[in-house]
Amino acid sequence: MIYLAVFTAAALLASIIADRRRTWAGIVFGARMLVKILPALVLMVAAVGLLLSALNPRFLESLFGGGGVVPFLAGLAVGAVALIPGFIAFPLAGLLRSNGVSTAVLAAFVTSLLMVGVVTLPLESRFFGQKAALWRNVLSLLAAAVVALAMSLVLT
Amino acid sequence: MRGEKSGIRFKTVLPWAAGGAVLLLWTASRLWPVFSFGERVGRTSLEMIREVAGILPVMFILVGLFEVWVPRKSIERFLGREAGWKAVPWLILLATVQAGPLYGAFPVALGLARKGCSPRNVFIYLGAFSTLKIPLLTFEVGFLGWQFSLARVLLSLPAFIFVGVLVDRLVPGWTPPEFPASSLSPALSPKIEQPSKVSR
Repeated sequence: MIYLAVFTAAALLASIIADRRRTWAGIVFGARMLVKILPALVLMVAAVGLLLSALNPRFLESLFGGGGVVPFLAGLAVGAVALIPGFIAFPLAGLLRSNGVSTAVLAAFVTSLLMVGVVTLPLESRFFGQKAALWRNVLSLLAAAVVALAMSLVLT
Repeated sequence: MRGEKSGIRFKTVLPWAAGGAVLLLWTASRLWPVFSFGERVGRTSLEMIREVAGILPVMFILVGLFEVWVPRKSIERFLGREAGWKAVPWLILLATVQAGPLYGAFPVALGLARKGCSPRNVFIYLGAFSTLKIPLLTFEVGFLGWQFSLARVLLSLPAFIFVGVLVDRLVPGWTPPEFPASSLSPALSPKIEQPSKVSR
């Protein structure tokens, strides 16, 4: 993230040196985009605040524990709804594994967490249109299920 | 038409209502300390706001600069319809070197689409971004082992390409939403004739 900020700062500087007017037009473009998505952004932040506070490692453990279809589906569902940055999600997944959660369920949780974003759906719809955003998420959820199943076959 | 109107109104109100609910819960927990859920909600939301504030301004400056400097022809050539499957390695390369959450990739994907990246490739890019970022992989390998990561990457690769192809098929004629309404004066939008880099 830091190198991206540095890269952007360098690009901005180069752009200002090259053409100040054009740089300003670019910044205005970006700012307008940001203003347009602001409501969807507020919704996302609020949804994350409400949902993540309801989840905690112990609750997840009880949800994901054991074998069978139910924990697998729970993994997919929680992964789809949650929006957790990688540096929190993977330590959490590691913790769950050391507490006996199966590979299939972990794979379901991780793949659907990465590929599907229910709380970002309003934001995604704003950017790409509702239909495309909805289809991308529905298909990604199915894909996550297939990938997780295949992973559990490969890894055990 | 009345119902349709109230539907739109619900959509505009919902984000602010949700934000208000978070504030309300947080305030309640302040007044009534036993109510720890509200405090957690407030704390998580604040963390999220920090994360968003750290990422999105950078993303939007980058996308703004991309919009005014990058000539349409170059993106069209590498990521447009004519590029065919040769575009996929480029998309994956572009996605893997990036970092941050998926919502940071939305403006980038839209920026690419505005420059002639084909719909299929826009959705493949989003898929690649969501599953293959290198910073993410280092974490994954550390906590879940390289076998897990390798299996996930190799199996996800065809999966998100397939998803991209399907979304393209299911939403025929997809074009990037016109927003913000093209405000650039023609003089400032990069032309094909003029060189993309102004000599210093």
